[in-house]
Amino acid sequence: MVRVDGPSASPGVRHRVSVQFDTVYVDNVSRHYGRRRALAHVTLQAQQGEIFGLFGPNGAGKSTLISILSTLLRPSGGGVRYGAHTVADTGDALRGQIGVLGHDLCLYGDLTARENLRFFGRLYGLDRLEARVTDALARARLSDRADDRTGSFSRGLRQRLAFERALLHDPRLVLLDEPFTGLDDDSAQVLIERLRTLRAAGHIVVMATHDFDTAEAVVNRSLCVDRGRTWPVADGVGTLRERYRRTLAECV
Amino acid sequence: MQNRSILVPVLLCAAAVMFFRAPFMIDAAPYESTMGLIQRIFYFHVPSAMVMFLSALVCGVASAVYLAKRSPHADAVAVSAAEMVVVFGLIVLVTGPLWARKAWGVWWQWDARLTSALVLWLIFVSYLLLRRFAGAGSEMVAAAVGVFGMANVPFVYWSVNVWRTIHPNTNVVASLIPEMRVPLYWGTAAFLLLYIALLLTRMRLEASRMQLEAAYAEIED
Amino acid sequence: MGFFHTVWTIARKDLVIESRSRELAYTTLFFAVSVVLVFSFSFVVEGVALTDAAAGILWVSIAFAGTLALGRTFERERQSDTLKAVLLSPVERPAIYIGKLVGVLLLMLVVEAVITPVVGLLFQAPIDRAPLLLVGLLVTGTLGFAAVGTLFAAMLIRAQSRDVLLPVLLYPITIPLVIAGVRGTAAIFAAEPNLAVAQAWLAMLVFFDAVFLTLALWVFGPVMGE
Repeated sequence: MVRVDGPSASPGVRHRVSVQFDTVYVDNVSRHYGRRRALAHVTLQAQQGEIFGLFGPNGAGKSTLISILSTLLRPSGGGVRYGAHTVADTGDALRGQIGVLGHDLCLYGDLTARENLRFFGRLYGLDRLEARVTDALARARLSDRADDRTGSFSRGLRQRLAFERALLHDPRLVLLDEPFTGLDDDSAQVLIERLRTLRAAGHIVVMATHDFDTAEAVVNRSLCVDRGRTWPVADGVGTLRERYRRTLAECV
Repeated sequence: MQNRSILVPVLLCAAAVMFFRAPFMIDAAPYESTMGLIQRIFYFHVPSAMVMFLSALVCGVASAVYLAKRSPHADAVAVSAAEMVVVFGLIVLVTGPLWARKAWGVWWQWDARLTSALVLWLIFVSYLLLRRFAGAGSEMVAAAVGVFGMANVPFVYWSVNVWRTIHPNTNVVASLIPEMRVPLYWGTAAFLLLYIALLLTRMRLEASRMQLEAAYAEIED
Repeated sequence: MGFFHTVWTIARKDLVIESRSRELAYTTLFFAVSVVLVFSFSFVVEGVALTDAAAGILWVSIAFAGTLALGRTFERERQSDTLKAVLLSPVERPAIYIGKLVGVLLLMLVVEAVITPVVGLLFQAPIDRAPLLLVGLLVTGTLGFAAVGTLFAAMLIRAQSRDVLLPVLLYPITIPLVIAGVRGTAAIFAAEPNLAVAQAWLAMLVFFDAVFLTLALWVFGPVMGE
């Protein structure tokens, strides 16, 4: 449903439309770059309160799938529905419900951690912005370095900040591409906890990663991606890594 | 597809017949005393310039349609038309200096029309460079350049014109006597037929390329 | 969030970043001055500048420096893929375009504020003869250049060989701007100034800006959508 809220909608005042959805449906999505095929006929459903893991070798199409889910990339075939909505019928408002942590961290190196968060918070039109920013910095355990330029941060610190930036606007759909990159053990554990909280709060989380051991603790459903195709990782005995290897060996 | 495969040879034959007939008509046209033989370039130069501008328009409109609707067909029209701009532009830019050599004694005179044609030609060369070198997924970018190129035509024409006419040495373009108009129109019609035939052929090539891509994708599936 | 609020948020962010490093302002400015010098060696014969050389050199250096500024501005957005994050936010795409445009425009105007007096000084060009008209030509010419350039630089951000493709695409399209700028400025600087001519060129520049800004606003969304 598209809900119109906000102050009395008089003519000329832009309506603030918020888009709600509980499930993301990926329906037979393909994507080609010229002759190269990045995704072929991928179908999946990600529900709220669920962490969906995408596993696969480099160049398998995981990032392409995340880009398509983020609305920035158009599929060459098939479509994505966000509940009852599509990109075409909701436009800008839908993007407000999606948070993306990409492989590139999307932080301005010349701005401080606080300024980065504040800038993106403004773009999302968030209320109580300063409070949110302070909370996010605390969660990223960067309160003491809040006013340092992010260019001086290590990859791990930037990763933590980028994660909180992606979640600043409390998005329904959280897309994470390699969220464990550069994190030390402690930070990875904090991230795991954070993901559990997100799941409990009813967010939809889709995560692409190579880090089986860390991800195993939180992932509800996992999908094996290879050369643009997907297979559900087999249930049964063994660790996630073993089951993934088995799936890859059987299906590919 | 079927009717087009007949249409192109018919157009090409008609154009060939017209081009064959053209020299006789040009020969029958009055001899221009000051320019002499070189004046007869005019019957090829002007039609190719017209076709060039027409093709720029086609490319711009097709690009706009592609931006709005994302139909691959519109993109195919745009690429084909852009290549035709460059091809016919080349004819214009080769025949123009030949004229200039005789008329002004130099190979290149900053004549308003010729300069406009050069600028337009450059825009569409840059369009092709973009498509060639920007990598996969540059169709949308190219479409934007196509629209900008088309919108730029009046500005180029106006600015180059004023730039030249502000200076005292305005060039003298002899007004046409009626006997010269017939071969000019004939030439224009011939070039137009040739243009349509080439455009359709190029579009068919593009369509085949798309089919091939689709076939490759299917094999991989 | 309103349109102008978004524009201001993005433009201010660029200004804050630039005010920290000042990399763009310094390098672009120095480059523009170098261009003026390099061209002076071609257009000054036996100590005397060719007719209209000042106007031509001024605009060529603006166009060159502008290309440099555009390339670097978007290189910054590309480095950490920040433009993608901005495009992912729920703001209207045209507001993002205008925000980036304002940043580029301000930077170019700062460079021009320095380069114009330098040209005036080196070539004895009467920059104070019709100051309003000159400023009008500079602002409208730069706006048109930046409007087309911002769009092209933004859409080339993910393209291969973008560094060379930006000038390759930008210069032919902006030829009418350069002609108008040079001829308008030359009409002001000439020994017998003709301000009516300069006004006519100014009018063309305004018209050019209106057409290409409208087109860019329309095109930016679909082109960046993917």
